Amino acid sequence: MEDVNYLFQQCINGLQLGAVYALIALGYTMVYGVLRLINFAHGDIFMLGAFIAYYLISKFNIPIYLVFAITMVCTAAAGYIIEKVAYKPLRNAPRISLLITAVGVSLFLEYFLSLKFLFTANYIGFPRPFEVEVYDLSLFTITNIQLIIFAVTAVSLFFLYLLVYRTKYGKAMRAVSYDQEAAALMGINIDATISLTFIVGAALAGVGGILYSIAYPQINVFMGIMPGIKSFIAAVLGGIGIIHGAVLGGFVIGVSEVFVSGFLSSTFRDGVIFIILFLVLLLKPSGIFGKRIEKV
Amino acid sequence: MKFFWEARKVILPAVLVYLVLKAIFGFHLVSGYIEQITLFSFIVILTSLGLNVIYGYTGQFSLGHAAFYGIGAYISAYLSKSLGVESILGFIPVLFLSGVSAGLVGCLIGVPILKLRDDFLAIATLGFGTLVRVILDNSDRFSEILGGSRGFVGIPRITNLELAFFVTVFLILVTRNIIFSRYGLFWRCVKNDELASQAIGINTSRMKLMAFSYGCFLAGIGGALYAHLYTFLHPSNFDILKSIDFLIIVIVGGMGSIVGTIYAGLIWVGFIEGLRIALPADMLDLRWVFIPLFLIGLMMWRPYGLIRKGG
Repeated sequence: MEDVNYLFQQCINGLQLGAVYALIALGYTMVYGVLRLINFAHGDIFMLGAFIAYYLISKFNIPIYLVFAITMVCTAAAGYIIEKVAYKPLRNAPRISLLITAVGVSLFLEYFLSLKFLFTANYIGFPRPFEVEVYDLSLFTITNIQLIIFAVTAVSLFFLYLLVYRTKYGKAMRAVSYDQEAAALMGINIDATISLTFIVGAALAGVGGILYSIAYPQINVFMGIMPGIKSFIAAVLGGIGIIHGAVLGGFVIGVSEVFVSGFLSSTFRDGVIFIILFLVLLLKPSGIFGKRIEKV
Repeated sequence: MKFFWEARKVILPAVLVYLVLKAIFGFHLVSGYIEQITLFSFIVILTSLGLNVIYGYTGQFSLGHAAFYGIGAYISAYLSKSLGVESILGFIPVLFLSGVSAGLVGCLIGVPILKLRDDFLAIATLGFGTLVRVILDNSDRFSEILGGSRGFVGIPRITNLELAFFVTVFLILVTRNIIFSRYGLFWRCVKNDELASQAIGINTSRMKLMAFSYGCFLAGIGGALYAHLYTFLHPSNFDILKSIDFLIIVIVGGMGSIVGTIYAGLIWVGFIEGLRIALPADMLDLRWVFIPLFLIGLMMWRPYGLIRKGG
């Protein structure tokens, strides 16, 4: 019985981490869909979200729902600015130039924000916005933090679904990711659609940043690197460009990471994720839900 | 001998440069620190040349070059420490062996990942780099001597001016000859158009693998020289930032340009170490704020290289 309980508990912990990865992976997959670009700076937007929430909670002490709203607006603005300043001038450049620029933006954000008069490079304790409560459900225990993470993720996914599949803007996004030139010929404003994609992805990453730092209350300017890469791997695993693929991939990566730390050793968890990446790229590069047989 | 005769136009100036450097170092005109970074710049040139073969000549984008540099460094340090190598003559086989090991690892990892196209290859090589970093961080579990995250200490200091300089010059010549051989031609064909290369009968996957392994071999040699220059290794010296260093050198020098890589390597090391001297200690963090901006600017205005413009 002990072992079964442990297994279930690890599952819940894995889903908690997976929910955050899913939120970040959505931004990667959407941007990849419209621009064919691995937006390395996306992990840093996640970090930015965590820091904005930290300042809002510790300095201004405002209610948690407002923290979510303000952080989403700020990270969305950051995503918009990054796209306009760094990526837009390179719209017709080779893909590798765009990729190197993305790496550059990522490094710039990390090192600029780690300067002494900004966020510094130290680890900062993230204040708990509410008391932790643990509910014992005989098979496993669940905390109110985990419930909040699942609830916020579900709500975000629901609104994203409405946006992408039930509005004109979502239709434009899907059209651009299907065929950019044809979409332009149909009168879709490509630049506005790409900007919207960045805004939505960055807002979701901001939410992910808050949830992650509530669950693992230590923040640092470099905290976005590994979750960012892992979420990208999640997006590849689910099939890049596919929204429900990114969600499934996020949960799979989260659960596998927690299982490796729980049953093997926490030092190998990063390694295992990359082994998953190699296997996916070799066996089914289009991902779990990928239909188009595209050579990658 | 024919090799050296045909390369006389390179070797004679190289020997002159060597004599000048030897005189400067011999009379202690510069501090030991300058001496060390001069040797280090040769290592950087050699390793960047490896990346230029992979990326600049063959068009395979790699974000994990520092991993192979690290593999070469750790293997050579392990070999020379466990075999008790102290002299240059004993070190040359170690040097060669560590380069070959890095090349072999590159070959093994290249078989699966070189099927991937540019940005997926980037993420796969980045993943490999992280994997190597994780293994190095935990290396004390396999062997106490490797030191894990505390770092590998007590490596004999063998790399001197002669070794660093002549190994670099020799490998630059070898690389130049390969580039102008039919294989080098195939590599450049693969870079320009993979499909067309296949159509005229080039075995593109074999050519990509060859270029990748050779580039990793150069990185391994560079790493081995590095390990025996600084006598201390730490896994954090071989992470993504280091790979970006080499990438910047290749881009600044021009993709597919050996001379450009040499200049860019010298300028880069001079620039980075110069900032270390010029900037006060608390401003040193600013380096990594300006380097990415420089990289972004380069991509916007001169995507094919600062020194040599071309496609």
